[in-house]
Parts: sequence; C-alpha cells; structure tokens
Amino acid sequence: MTDKPWNNRAWFFVLPVLIFVLFSSIVPMMTVVNYSVQDSMGVNNFFWNGDSWFRDLLDPSTEMGARFAGALVRTFVFSFVALAIEIPLGIGIALCLPRRGWAIGPSLVVIALPMLIPWNVVGTIWQIFARQDIGLFGAALTGLGLHYNVTQDPTSAWITIVIIDVWHWTPLVILLSYAGLRAIPDAYYQAARIDAASRWAVFRNIELPRLRKVLVIAVLLRFMQTFMIYTEPVVVTGGGPGNATTFLSIDLVKIAIGQVDLGNAAAMSLVYYLIILTGCYVFYTVMTQLDRRRDS
Amino acid sequence: MRQGILPRFALVLYLVLLMLPVYWLLNMSLRTNTDIMSGLALWPHEPTLEKYRAIFSDPAWVHGFGVSLTYVAINTVVSVTVALPAAYAFNRYHFIGDKHLFFWLLTNLMAPASVFAMPFFNLYYAVGLFDTVWAVALAHCLFNVPLAVWILEGFVGGVPREIDETAAIDGYSFPRFFLRLFLPLIANGIGVTAFFCFMFSWVEQLLATTLTSSNALPFAAVMTRSYSASGMDWSMLAAAGVLTMVPGAVVIWFVRNHIAKGFALGRV
Repeated sequence: MTDKPWNNRAWFFVLPVLIFVLFSSIVPMMTVVNYSVQDSMGVNNFFWNGDSWFRDLLDPSTEMGARFAGALVRTFVFSFVALAIEIPLGIGIALCLPRRGWAIGPSLVVIALPMLIPWNVVGTIWQIFARQDIGLFGAALTGLGLHYNVTQDPTSAWITIVIIDVWHWTPLVILLSYAGLRAIPDAYYQAARIDAASRWAVFRNIELPRLRKVLVIAVLLRFMQTFMIYTEPVVVTGGGPGNATTFLSIDLVKIAIGQVDLGNAAAMSLVYYLIILTGCYVFYTVMTQLDRRRDS
Repeated sequence: MRQGILPRFALVLYLVLLMLPVYWLLNMSLRTNTDIMSGLALWPHEPTLEKYRAIFSDPAWVHGFGVSLTYVAINTVVSVTVALPAAYAFNRYHFIGDKHLFFWLLTNLMAPASVFAMPFFNLYYAVGLFDTVWAVALAHCLFNVPLAVWILEGFVGGVPREIDETAAIDGYSFPRFFLRLFLPLIANGIGVTAFFCFMFSWVEQLLATTLTSSNALPFAAVMTRSYSASGMDWSMLAAAGVLTMVPGAVVIWFVRNHIAKGFALGRV
C-alpha cells in the first residue's frame, strides 16, 4: 500500500461522491448545529441561546441532563449485551457451517434473510411473535409459568429487545466469520492434524487469529448499529414500559418531534454523534495500529 | 474440517429458531382475524389467501410497493455509479487528504438516521423534493455512497496494478480502459455492492417515512395504516410483512456466494 503513486488529479474521481454526500451530510449537519445554539418560540421564531442546551445536557443534576444520562447508560448497556451475545454465537455458528457441499448455499440464504427485512417489519414480526395471546414466543413463555409481558414488565421488554437484535444481526457476524474461516488454507488444518492438536487448540491458535480482521469489522459495524437502534424498539415497546427501553435515538425523536424542542434535540444529536465518532475512531485507530505492528 | 453430529445439530437448531418468527408471520397471514383471536394454532387449519388478494387489489398497497422499488433502484444506480471512480482513486493513488476523506466518508455510515430526520425534512421541503421518490433516493445516498465506496475499494484492490499499466502501454485511453477492461474485472464486486445498496435502502424506514407523506409513501409505511384503520388487522399486517421479504429473498439468491465478502467490505 506504500507504493501508491501521488496524483492529486484523483480528486476529480472523488468529486461526484463528495457532492452527493456533502448535500446529504453537511447541510443537515449545519442545520443541527444551528438549532443547537438557539431556542425556538413557535414556528420560525428563534433566539440565540448560546451553549446552555449543552450545559444542561451534560449536567446530570438538571432534568434534561438526567434524562440524557439515563438514555446514554441504557444504550451502552444494550450495545454491550448485544455484542457479548452476538459475537461468540456468530463465531460458533460459523464454525458449524459446512465448508463445502450442497447445503451451504441454502443455509447462507436462510441465515441472511432476517437482515433483508425492513426494520419496522422486523418490529412487527416480533410484536406479533411476543404477544401472549397470539404469539408463539409469548405464549410459550407464559405457558412455562414465567411472568412475561412486553408492554408491562421492563425485564421482559429488555429481554425481548435483546433477543430481537440477536435474531436480526447475529447473521452478520456469522457471514463475516464464515468468510474469514473459508480463507484459511487447508494446509493449516493438515498440520494441526499431524500435531494431533485438540479442537480447542485448532480454534485458539489457527482459527481465532485468522478471524481477527473480520471480527474487527463485525464489532465496529455492530457497535454502530446497536448504538443507533431505533425502529425495532419503537415498534415493539415504544420505548417503554416507562422509560425502560428508551435508547438515545428514541429519546431524540421524542424530544425533536414529540415535544418540538428543536434546540434540546439538536444539542443531544451533536453529543450523541460525537460519542459514536469518538468510539469508532478510537477503535479503528487501535486496530490499524495493531495490524501494522503485527505485520512489521 | 471434519464435521461431527453435534455441529450439524447446532446448525439445524439455529436455522429453525431463526425461521420460527418468520414462519409465525406466514402462519398469521394465512389465517383470518377471527381465527387468530380465537386461539393459537401451530399451522393454519383453514388457510386463506384473502389478505394477499386484498393487498393486490388495493391501489395504495400496490403504489407503495412500486414507490419502494423505485427509490431503491434509483439509489442503487446512483450510489454504484458515483462510487466506482472514487473507489478506484482511493485504491490506486495517494492524494491530498485521502485518508481523512476516507474516514469522513465512513463517519456518514455511522450517522444515526434519527439525528438527520428533522433537518432532512427541512432541507428536502426547501428544495421542493419532499414527498417524491427522489428525496428518499438522495437521502439514502448519505450512507449508501460511503458503503459502496468502501466495498468497491476492497474489490478494486483485488485487481493487480500491472493490468492498469499494461493497458496504458497498449495504448488504451483511460476511459476506454476503465469501461472496457476494468469494470468487467470487478463485475462480481459491482454486483455485491449493488446488492448491499439495495438492501440498506430497502430496510431503512425512518428517513423514508419522514421524507414522504402521501404520493411517495413506501410500502412498509403503508403498513402503519392497518394499525389505526380498524383496530388491529393482524393478518393484514402479517401478509404485508411477508410481501416485504420477497424482494430481499429473491436478490439474495443471486449473490449468496459473494455476500460474505461484501459484508467484510471486500476485505477477506
């Protein structure tokens, strides 16, 4: 990658992309910045408000601050729990997939299917599936004598949202891990067989290191997506019961559209966006550094 | 790798669990509402296609389906077209600010749609695109163009640079080389990228519903109406849900062997 020639005319190739993304990114972003320093009184009546939205937001003793902190903690916990389940499960299932044979094609199609369902339909599917009266999942849990009610009980709501996310996105981890596993040459496995290595040793010393790169991509994508989760909880729980499943993006839309409190919502958007950016930047940098150190 | 009984069993179990909610939706869609409310049934005892017929004879549903497919198609074509030269440039050349530009593109993939919903509404309203398929197609470029650049860059990297040099020596002009020689070489990559653009545009609903009201209401948003119209029309909702899965299931079959590489953003 170091021997690429310098050529600033390459900018002309990038220009179309720049125009399209700028139109959809900078203009709305500046609108958000603009809102975040103003207060609105009715339609088109704005006042300069300085940084007070931000000060409120970042101070947990204020009402907005407490609300923001609550949503932030919930979102982080959700991201962590979802990743902690999806990554190991995804690797596990990928190891179970056959490396060749007729069954691969259909299996991959079935595995990928949940990701191709519009997000609000995913919500609808689980809204029906989790109901105690007409849903198999809800009815089965109630039948087992468990106290399960998505709209009334916070624990049920949380478990359901996590299960939905696992159902919806573990396939991404599986496909990535599978692609990584397939790239391992057979010679590695033959060598392991000669050494009479145990299954665990094969996994620990051959497969896992080779999967590192795809797992980085998986963690990065899944962190971003879980941190932005919106549609599925809105359809299934509406952020409730109470505030139990009100994640950041849900709270944001509640404030921006529900209460038409644009200043607050905009300040919140910016802080939210910065957190995601920082998280991903740190992660990305750390991983590329590690890669470089290993290569040299 | 050797395949024991246990992995196979685990795989089948996983696939069954994965399909269970989808099966349940299908089951619901083939029953009537009175039948659904009268109790659980593991399969439809008196299957009926009544709701599917109702959807196909209602112009609002059909229109919604057309709208969804139209903006997805526009978005896919635009995203892939503008991303191709950019992906080539990022892979083949150094230029001022290339690394920063690349990371900035990625940050747009991470932009939560909920942050942009409100300003997008204002922006597209101001330029007179509100409630058209173009609004949704353009808005989805926000994340699909960077995604396309990222995936295609990986595929471009798979083509040896010697090919570019040989073509130049053989007297190919750059546009002729790019269109005649280079594009066919990354045809797989283009297919996979188009699939991903299709996929993310098809599943995104928050922006799509924010930017439309009646003329260009996407299919999945028409579903929301069946909530309020007459209580809960469960079987209608289920039938519509099943229909939204069909386009995805069809296109996925064509890229099944390359899909993993696409998810790895062309980097396996």
